[in-house]
Parts: sequence; C-alpha cells; structure tokens
Amino acid sequence: MSRSPHEGADGGTACPSLAVIGAGPAGLAAALAAAVRGSRVTLIDAGAQAGGQFYRQPAEELGARRPQALHHQWRTWERLRDGLAAQIAAGRVTHLTDHHVWCVERLEETSGFLVHALHGPAQEEPSVVRADAVVLATGAYEKVLPFPGWTLPGVITAGGAQAMLKGGLVLQGRTAVVAGTGPLLLPVAAGLAAAGAEVAALVESAGAQGVARHARTFAVHPDKLVEGAGYVAELMRRRVRLKARHAVVEAQGDGALEAVSVAALDRDGRVVPGSEHVIACDTLAVGHGLLPHTDLAETLGCRLEGTAVAADDEQRTDVHGVWAAGEATGVGGAALSLAEGHIAGCSAAARLAGREPDPRAWEAAAKSRAKTRKFSTSLDAAFAPRAHWAEQVTDDTVVCRCEDVPASAIREAVGELGATDARTVKLLTRAGMGWCQGRMCGPAVAGLTGCEPVPSRRPFARPVPLGVLARAGEDLPDE
Amino acid sequence: MRAEPGPAYTVTFDGAQVAVLPGQTVAAALWSAGVTAWRTTRGTGEPRGVFCGIGVCFDCLVTVNGRPNQRACLVRAEPGDDIRTQHGTGHEHVVGGEER
Repeated sequence: MSRSPHEGADGGTACPSLAVIGAGPAGLAAALAAAVRGSRVTLIDAGAQAGGQFYRQPAEELGARRPQALHHQWRTWERLRDGLAAQIAAGRVTHLTDHHVWCVERLEETSGFLVHALHGPAQEEPSVVRADAVVLATGAYEKVLPFPGWTLPGVITAGGAQAMLKGGLVLQGRTAVVAGTGPLLLPVAAGLAAAGAEVAALVESAGAQGVARHARTFAVHPDKLVEGAGYVAELMRRRVRLKARHAVVEAQGDGALEAVSVAALDRDGRVVPGSEHVIACDTLAVGHGLLPHTDLAETLGCRLEGTAVAADDEQRTDVHGVWAAGEATGVGGAALSLAEGHIAGCSAAARLAGREPDPRAWEAAAKSRAKTRKFSTSLDAAFAPRAHWAEQVTDDTVVCRCEDVPASAIREAVGELGATDARTVKLLTRAGMGWCQGRMCGPAVAGLTGCEPVPSRRPFARPVPLGVLARAGEDLPDE
Repeated sequence: MRAEPGPAYTVTFDGAQVAVLPGQTVAAALWSAGVTAWRTTRGTGEPRGVFCGIGVCFDCLVTVNGRPNQRACLVRAEPGDDIRTQHGTGHEHVVGGEER
C-alpha cells in the first residue's frame, strides 16, 4: 500500500472520478456499473478483501479450500470478484483495501469531495481521495437489545459469529444457542452447525404465524422461500431445536457464558410466567435485526428517512453529487443492495459525463429493486423485535457496554430527573458516550426512555487520532 | 470447512505462547486458543472479548506490542506479537493516571 496521503483516481484527468465507499454487494455493483460506463472509480473499503459482510472472504493466507461452503449466491460473488479484477487490470478501478473512511468532506468551491480515511496496521495513517462524486455503500451493523448477562464473554452478535467463521474460520466454544429475531438467524445457525458446533437451539421471538401471514409476499419470492426452507431442512437434519415465539431472557455464567434461560412468549411478546428453562451453552449468537451505517451521509447533510439515508429513484441523496445504495438506504439484503448499487453506478456515470441518464438502462435492476423492497418490508413486519423486551432488563443489567451504564441509571434519568429523549439521557448517564458512540446501546436507550430511536449525529464515522485531525485540510491534493 | 493454510507461527498472550494461522486476526487467534476474554472494563472491571466481530462495538479492545485500544477483530496477528489483556483504558502506566 502506498504511503502517499493522496491516493486513487485524483482529479485533473479527462475522466470524471467517482469514489465508492464500501466494497460489499452495493459498492461492488456501483463501482462496476460506473467503471464500465466511463468513470474512473476509487473503491474504498475497510476490509482486506472485497466482499463486505455478506461476501466476507477468509484471509487468503488461510488457504480455505471451499469457502463457498459458508456462502450463498457464490456464482454472483464470482461474477463480482472477476468483474472487479478485470476493471482493476484495465486501470478503471483503484481498490483501496484496509481504508477506514472517517469523513467525506464536500468542497464548496470546486463542487468535489475529499474522502478522508485511515489505514495502516494501527489505522493511524491518513489518506485522502479526491473525487467528483461519491456513492455511499456503507452497509449495516447489528442491533442487539440488552438482557441480563449479555456482556458475558461468549455472548456475541449473530453477525459477529458469522463474520468470525467466514473470515477467520474459527468457532468459539462447542455448544451454541442462536437467538433473537430475523432472517439472519437461520444462516448463522446453519453455518455454526456446518462448522462443527452443536447448536442446542435456535430461539426466534417471532411466531411462525407472523411469518405465515406474509406468505403471499414470500410466495412471489420462491428463491427466498427455497433458501429459507433449505436452512430449516439443514437444521432439522442436524436435530437443531427450532423454538419460535421464545426468547433468551438471561445469559448465565461466572466470568464467561455457561447457560441461557429461555422462555416462551405470549401473543403480545410477554414472557409466559413459569415457562423459563435453562439450556447449557458456551456460545450465544444473538441479534435483533440490522441498522444502516449513516454517519458519512449525516456529516454530508444528506436527509434521512427514519434510520436510513433517503434516496430517489436514481439512488441520489438530496446532496448534489452524493449517491447512496444498499443497506445504508434501508436494510433489505444482498439482492436489493446489488440492484441499488447498479442503479447508483449507472446514474452517477451518466451524470458525471454530463448526460441525463436513461432509466431504461437499468430497467431490470429497478424491477428487482421494487420486488425485493416489498419482500424486505414484509420481513421487517414478520421479524420485528418483540415488544416488552424491556421487562426482562433488570436494574443491574448493563445497557451501555462501553461506559458500564446500568438500566437503573437510565430509569432514574427518565423517572426521577424527567428526561424524555435519548440525548438528555446520554448527557445525564454517559450512555452512548463511549468508544462505539452509542451504536450498540442506541436502540435500547431509546426503548427504555420511551422515545423513537433517532440517528445520533456523529461528526466522524470512527475514532480519529488528534494529529490526523489537526493536519486534515492542510495539504489538499493537487487539482 | 477444510483449509490448507501456510505454516503456523506464534504470538504471545499475557506471556503464553499461542499458535496462529497466517491471516488470522488477533481475535481469531485467541479464540482458536480457547481464550474468550482479553479486556476488563474501566468501571466495573468486567471481562470482555468479541461482541460485534466487525469493528463497530469496540468491546474487543486489546493491547498489542504495547499499544492499547486495538480492535482484536480487525487487527491481524503478526509473528511474535506481544498481545496483552487490556485493563481499563490501557493507559494505567501513563504517569499522571487516567486518560480521561
């Protein structure tokens, strides 16, 4: 990797330059679509290899013989991977790996952008990419609502278990329980079982009925139904207990996870008294859905809708020169991300070349986008985190993992000090002020406060050394 | 999952030898060695290890070669690395006490 602070497709050439941030499905699709249509693309990503979370690859040095065993849609991945290699060889795409973007700065005078990133082993070396336009394909991270014992070593996010397995080919422990809600739990349980863990139970808080109610939407997505049925068949073959309308209400152990307490839920999502039973395990993979990464978009001033970046039919945000695609614009899975990324890349390439894009050029992707969005809306409805989760959060349960803030402090801020919004609770309790900047505890703090989760504005998307911050802007790349 | 990795090398965790496969992160290497906690929290001193696995939660902070606050799930384990449990801020050795 070059140590030059300014890398990638700089301005000053005939080709307009596009920075694509994130090399998951959306970013890869956008980069390829734009490069093929004449843009000079710099693809900037935190990973050592392209793929993002969905197509996360084992480190090359591990020499995995059949990485596809842990993946779905392997053919699509091969097409993206080979396409990227061809565009890099042709000099149309520069791929900056291990680059953690902390801010995208809009240049008022020249209407371009500076993408600020950190790289190097300790991620302390600054790097700046100049671009005429930007596609934000920043993906999502996992939402986990707290419960007693959730900070014990051995309790990990469902996506985290999958990431460690796909990227490092490692398992923690021998006996796992997979719990929470959402479509991610099935592949995580199947992956852990395939890798040799005993999966003692898959605990899903949604009822089978809730999923069935959306059967009409599932029916028009036979591929998704088959994919889901395939996981279920795999789990049944391995004798994994599927417990619908159940929840893990406590993780137990002395210094590390030893067991979980699982309870049945009634129709309203309340624990059925007396239904608790203990399952011994040393790993709990838990998740309650995904949340979009919106920090870079917020710093640029892009409008949000709920917790996602708002984008129009061309995947443009309301900030000129900024497109957004994939999970950042609303969680919907890899197929939706590919469609949105493709459309963003086509639109950006045309507009950078001064042409009005013709939507007929991405008709197939637009159809796929409409269909998968409808599907993900019904998934969201079927797999909403259970109501009344807060009833199991005891006063001594840690809510903010970074700052060690217990639920009692948040309840005191709300009940005795009169806080009615998450920001006030944060100022009174420090919940959300630590290393992760509230990404982990945000939904829980909002839930315990009784307000809607709102994106907390973060000027930088990750911690930045003060020296880097002090030097940023001193030494702009040459035009 | 079968793999044919390159030759293993070693790092140390709190002084004990740990075998690492090339390409593994610090977190993957420690998991392979059966270690699940390598940090204690600043306030209550509770043990922590990997949580999100993708660099978002900062729960897996660890001290590598004297540098505290490295995310074990992102940092590659390099031959000979001196990996140590991080207590609190990891800056207790700094004269004048706490970082914050």
